[in-house]
Amino acid sequence: MSNAIIQLKDVNKWFGEFQVLKDISLLVNQKEKIVICGPSGSGKSTLIRCINRLEEHQEGSIVVDGNEISDSTKNIEKIRAEVGMVFQQFNLFPHLSILDNCTLAPIWVKKMPKKQAEELAMENLTRVQITDQANKFPGQLSGGQQQRAAIARALCMEPKIMLFDEPTSALDPEMIKEVLDVMVDLAKGGMTMIVVTHEMGFAKEVADNMIFMDEGRIVEKAKTKDFFDNPKSDRTKLFLSQIL
Amino acid sequence: MMLINNIIKPKTINQNTLVIFGSILVALSFLDVVLLSVFNINLTGSSSGISFFVPLFIGFIGLYYIRFEHTNYKFINTINKNLNSDWFNSILTLLSVFILLKFIPIILNWFIFDANFVGTTKEECTGDGACWIFINVWLKRFTYGLYPDSETWRINLAFILLIFTIGVAYFSKPKIRTYIILFLLFVFPFIALNLISGDVAGLTYVETDVWGGLALTLIVSIFAIIFCFPLGVFLAMGRRSELPVIRYFSVGFIELWRGVPLITVLFMAANMFPLFLPEDIFLDKLIRCIIGIILFEAAYMAEVVRGGLQSLPKGQYEAAKSIGMGYWRMHLLVILPQALKIVIPGIANTFIALFKDTPLIFIVGLLELIGMIDLAKTNPKWLGFATEGYVFAALVYFIFCYSMSRYSQRLEKRLSTER
Repeated sequence: MSNAIIQLKDVNKWFGEFQVLKDISLLVNQKEKIVICGPSGSGKSTLIRCINRLEEHQEGSIVVDGNEISDSTKNIEKIRAEVGMVFQQFNLFPHLSILDNCTLAPIWVKKMPKKQAEELAMENLTRVQITDQANKFPGQLSGGQQQRAAIARALCMEPKIMLFDEPTSALDPEMIKEVLDVMVDLAKGGMTMIVVTHEMGFAKEVADNMIFMDEGRIVEKAKTKDFFDNPKSDRTKLFLSQIL
Repeated sequence: MMLINNIIKPKTINQNTLVIFGSILVALSFLDVVLLSVFNINLTGSSSGISFFVPLFIGFIGLYYIRFEHTNYKFINTINKNLNSDWFNSILTLLSVFILLKFIPIILNWFIFDANFVGTTKEECTGDGACWIFINVWLKRFTYGLYPDSETWRINLAFILLIFTIGVAYFSKPKIRTYIILFLLFVFPFIALNLISGDVAGLTYVETDVWGGLALTLIVSIFAIIFCFPLGVFLAMGRRSELPVIRYFSVGFIELWRGVPLITVLFMAANMFPLFLPEDIFLDKLIRCIIGIILFEAAYMAEVVRGGLQSLPKGQYEAAKSIGMGYWRMHLLVILPQALKIVIPGIANTFIALFKDTPLIFIVGLLELIGMIDLAKTNPKWLGFATEGYVFAALVYFIFCYSMSRYSQRLEKRLSTER
């Protein structure tokens, strides 16, 4: 219990009358990689968005790195600074160059000197292999390059945890690989990762544990090998038979 | 038969001859209109009601003969492509040119050739055209209002300083430029105000009642523009706030100020507002009016900015939050730079409208440019020059508004980050 960096206990969430999350309990250890899959509308995006409070949960508790997520603003900003997030639609800031996208938060949130922030940014841009695009604007990059830049932007805050919300769903097939390669590399570097994705090849290669969600519930959580080789629930079997 | 056929269906072999022939016809038609409108010589003898008909007919035939797909003359190719692509367009082209030829001489005559420029009295205006002596004699009043002549150097100094500082900012490094701009926005206006009103540093006090003319137009608009903009941005953010008190206050403020005419706002600022103030607090009438204009225009600005805020995808907010930014950092660094860029045309629109609304301060007895012209045209010595006065005002206003418009377009282009 103590070395779990993320702890969710009996989390419930409603959008109006509709319950999106039902009694979600989950522990994520340091350096653990979890892949969440499930049909659309099953609440998997909402779940990881609750972890950095882009969505509010109404019941239960979420503790990230020892801080309980509550209404206090200071607390939320502190947690968000430690939790990186990568979105389906990249969400780079179109009015800033790629380099400025990466240095913005280190300079203004972490109060890092500009020079140091730029060095850090270049380091991370090298890591995602788009050093040569540093001075371009997001609109001038391909989807795959934009998503890699978005990963670099998140890494520049030196987060302890990275959340990926369907990072490859908006990409052309030939660009998916370049983004997944970066994520595999990141996983091997020891980052704690929660990834919502339908890329089962990536899941098999990287994930320690698999979670299958349906209708707001965690239907099955298992070691990756067990999950694919002999899933317990019929719903999981059905889903896997359709996706694999 | 061959001949008639050749005339009706121009052949490409004859095109060089035909193009020259056609051009001569078109030139003749223009010449006829020019002679008629400028020198009143009627070549064709047609009565004045149909004086355009003969040249139109000649020009039409002329354009018909130069309408080849490709000629050796670049100029004629351009005309054919843009103005002479078929018979209907050729008629429209001819009519437009004729109308211009007819009215440009009339306008030029009024403005320049029949106008009087030199002199000091109404009696020296002998021509049929404009009497620019009127403007010339009153120019000082139009510029400075009733501000004492011996003190006008203070207004000049304030505006020269303004232009000089802008010039320095333009040529200095980005980092220093930021400070100069902040100085210009929030310190300089008050220095200028003290300089012009006096009562400090040995300057004689000049009541705002005698401020006027173009100087007053600029003072009022510059102050209003500088302060209505940030206020509008705050109101726009307030209207989208999640805190009900702030949201309802913003909505109420915007709807209240948008719902009343500016002229009533100014009237109340000047005549009713002082009744609510404690007796020992005195706010100058001009300042009360400027505050009224600021609050009024801020409501419009707020809605323009809100349009920009709403056009940003939700993902931009989420991305900013996800890297640890709070409300203010998110807005200052991510949201506003994008939203304001989108609404530059709307902002320019509001500023231009504000600039053109300033004459309304006449309601409280402040006479800016238009007010001074109204005053001058009713002066017994100078009756009957309203047209000159308003044409002059139109020119001055156009220069300022068009400059603002051009500047906003340049800004839009410079800030664009599309490929």
